[in-house]
Amino acid sequence: MKYLHLVVANLGRHKLRTVLTILSVALALFLFASLRSVVTTLAATAQFGGARRLVTTNATGIVFPLPLAYANRIKTLPGVSGLSWANWFGGRYGDGKVFFANFAVDPESYLAIYPEIVIPPDQKEAFLHDRSSALIGKRLLSQFGWKLGQDVTLQGTIFPGDWTFTVRAVYTPTDPVIGDDVLIFHHALFDERIGRAGIAGWYIVEIDDPAHAASIARSIDDLFRNSSSPTKTGTEREFQASFATMWGNVSFLMGTIGLAVVFAILLVTANAMMMSARERTGEVAVLKTIGFSDRLLFTLVMIEAGAMALTGAVLGLGGAKLLYEVSNFNGMGFLPGFTVTTATLLLGGLVALGLMLASGLVPALRAARLPVIQALRHVE
Amino acid sequence: MIPIIYNVRSVVRRPVSTALTALGVALVVAVFIGMLALANGFRAALAKTGSDANVLVLRKGADSELSSGLGRDAASMISASPHIATGADGRPLVSPEVYVLIPLAKVFDTTQVANVVVRGVSDQAWAVRSNVKVTEGQRPASGRAEICVGKRLTQRFPHTGIGEKLHFAGRDWTVTCHFTAAGSAFESEIWGENEQFMPVFRGDVFQSITFRLKDPKTFDDARRALEADKRMTVDAHRESTFYTQQSALLGRILSLLAIMITSIMAVGAVFGAINTMYAAIASRAPEIGVLLTLGFRPGSVLLSFLAESAIIATVGGVLGCLFALPLNGLVTSTTNWASFSEIAFSFRVTPALLLAGMIFAVVMGVVGGFFPALRAARLQVVQALR
Repeated sequence: MKYLHLVVANLGRHKLRTVLTILSVALALFLFASLRSVVTTLAATAQFGGARRLVTTNATGIVFPLPLAYANRIKTLPGVSGLSWANWFGGRYGDGKVFFANFAVDPESYLAIYPEIVIPPDQKEAFLHDRSSALIGKRLLSQFGWKLGQDVTLQGTIFPGDWTFTVRAVYTPTDPVIGDDVLIFHHALFDERIGRAGIAGWYIVEIDDPAHAASIARSIDDLFRNSSSPTKTGTEREFQASFATMWGNVSFLMGTIGLAVVFAILLVTANAMMMSARERTGEVAVLKTIGFSDRLLFTLVMIEAGAMALTGAVLGLGGAKLLYEVSNFNGMGFLPGFTVTTATLLLGGLVALGLMLASGLVPALRAARLPVIQALRHVE
Repeated sequence: MIPIIYNVRSVVRRPVSTALTALGVALVVAVFIGMLALANGFRAALAKTGSDANVLVLRKGADSELSSGLGRDAASMISASPHIATGADGRPLVSPEVYVLIPLAKVFDTTQVANVVVRGVSDQAWAVRSNVKVTEGQRPASGRAEICVGKRLTQRFPHTGIGEKLHFAGRDWTVTCHFTAAGSAFESEIWGENEQFMPVFRGDVFQSITFRLKDPKTFDDARRALEADKRMTVDAHRESTFYTQQSALLGRILSLLAIMITSIMAVGAVFGAINTMYAAIASRAPEIGVLLTLGFRPGSVLLSFLAESAIIATVGGVLGCLFALPLNGLVTSTTNWASFSEIAFSFRVTPALLLAGMIFAVVMGVVGGFFPALRAARLQVVQALR
């Protein structure tokens, strides 16, 4: 500890350089944390799904509806404990310019199957009893400045016209992956307006034992195999994962860029460390003459490198965590539940450690191996 | 002026620190060019899809072909429009189309499913879309369960070779040909006859109607006539504008991401340049003193060191361009969220992009070199010469 003063003095010898180096490390780790969080958030979305929920869609493709008559037949299957259905609405807000997810659901059964959607009891009552009302995520409140009881109008893209709903309830998701920017309204109203009763976009099937998921899924599909609309049933997780894979190579891309960033900053830091070591050749020689051991000098240079890497890591990783937490970032609705995970922070810490080793090693070795006599020639 | 060769020699004297700084700049430039090439390629694929001479008609309010729906009556009314060009056989160049998405498993990983566009077209479609060319095989015969597969799909999805049978919508479809479309989004589609697709998909309804204009300049007249027609409620888009809009959302996200990531990286690289230049100047103080004594003005010294920093950055820029060049033409794919379908496209590294990368590099060098150069110019001769 008695050498602490020496390390601090060395860091302060060229304040600008120290600050710039620390800031570059901080920026690198900030970017690293951000990019990795995109990847982990996408992965978390793909992992979402209650073990007891299956999703049934039209086998021909997700854009094709299923007859509502299927509901009663699925319900009678053994092992099925609950059933609900929903329809993608695809409406836009604000003269058709703003988009967020919105769909029509059968409210009572839907909320029963999704305990993750939490609503104050009085608001829930109000929503269930008013057929022209909507349930919205709490983010929409702050995003558009809506209030409870207000009328909001969406422009239909798939189902034309202006659709006006009264906001009766606001939900908070307990699982961030569900997203807090969704508008949900009554399927009954939807049927009435489009005048084509009896279609469902997809069914959500609740089963009593997750172990039977595969066999129940098969028996649902067998039920409709020879009908006009064959079905495809899978766990909710598979359903979610199919959306996540749609990003294609984006995850890989983010990872590659993350590596490039870390490597670029490594070069900058290593360069700064080497320069600062070169300037001090004479000084190191003097220290050796007065009895500093090779090992001690090696340690001192490494500590210096470590101090810079660590400060940078705390600033960069902490900054990323804080910024995304405070701004409640969700990637324009594409990345619900965006969060910097502990694993990412730990990995960032490891990167900083690697940075310290890689940038400090050469100057530290050079300091330790410096031949005193030769070096002292340069000391005035 | 101090000869530029002085700076070149100085740079070469310090190979390691120059190389590290230049490499840092190179990586920033490479990421910059790479990410913009991705956004570029995506935009280009969609921009090339539409033609200026074509009009795409959708149901009013529909923002994509997927959400649209038009009956046979609308199709026949539109076909009768006086603005439509006629083909060699005297029939109007119009294609009422069925547009749906089907899930297809990928070749390399059958658990990965992509939404692929299936487009049912009329006989005229091949003439309406002048960029579409059949490269192999025969066009699907009318009345048969036959399809033509876009070139970009053939490597990524199984059962798409000529003569093979692709199963979807509860039937087997024989692949009779492959087509290209000048790198556009059409190359990620499956085409067949609209009358064949109607009964197996959404019944008696088209999703869009595309026709060729007699004179591309009359688009506004044609649009006014169609949208004013009381018998139907439609929106008419110029095909080129429509597809450009389809790329707007994802294109903007990709560009924004590119700029955000590279600007943060650039700050790091500029810090590196500042460090290198300060160190260079500190170790060369006597040299600078000599220059000043010889009568070079402080302004010349400033310029000289700015030039030195720019030289290092230029080396980095060239390296960065070299790193990014192999990306050109590399095929990747992602879902276009505006249409919900998967589109394959190539990275596009254009000369303009390379130039932008070089300018970016030089700017980083000049910004990073400015304050150190200023210090060099302000050195006191007497002090420096010690």
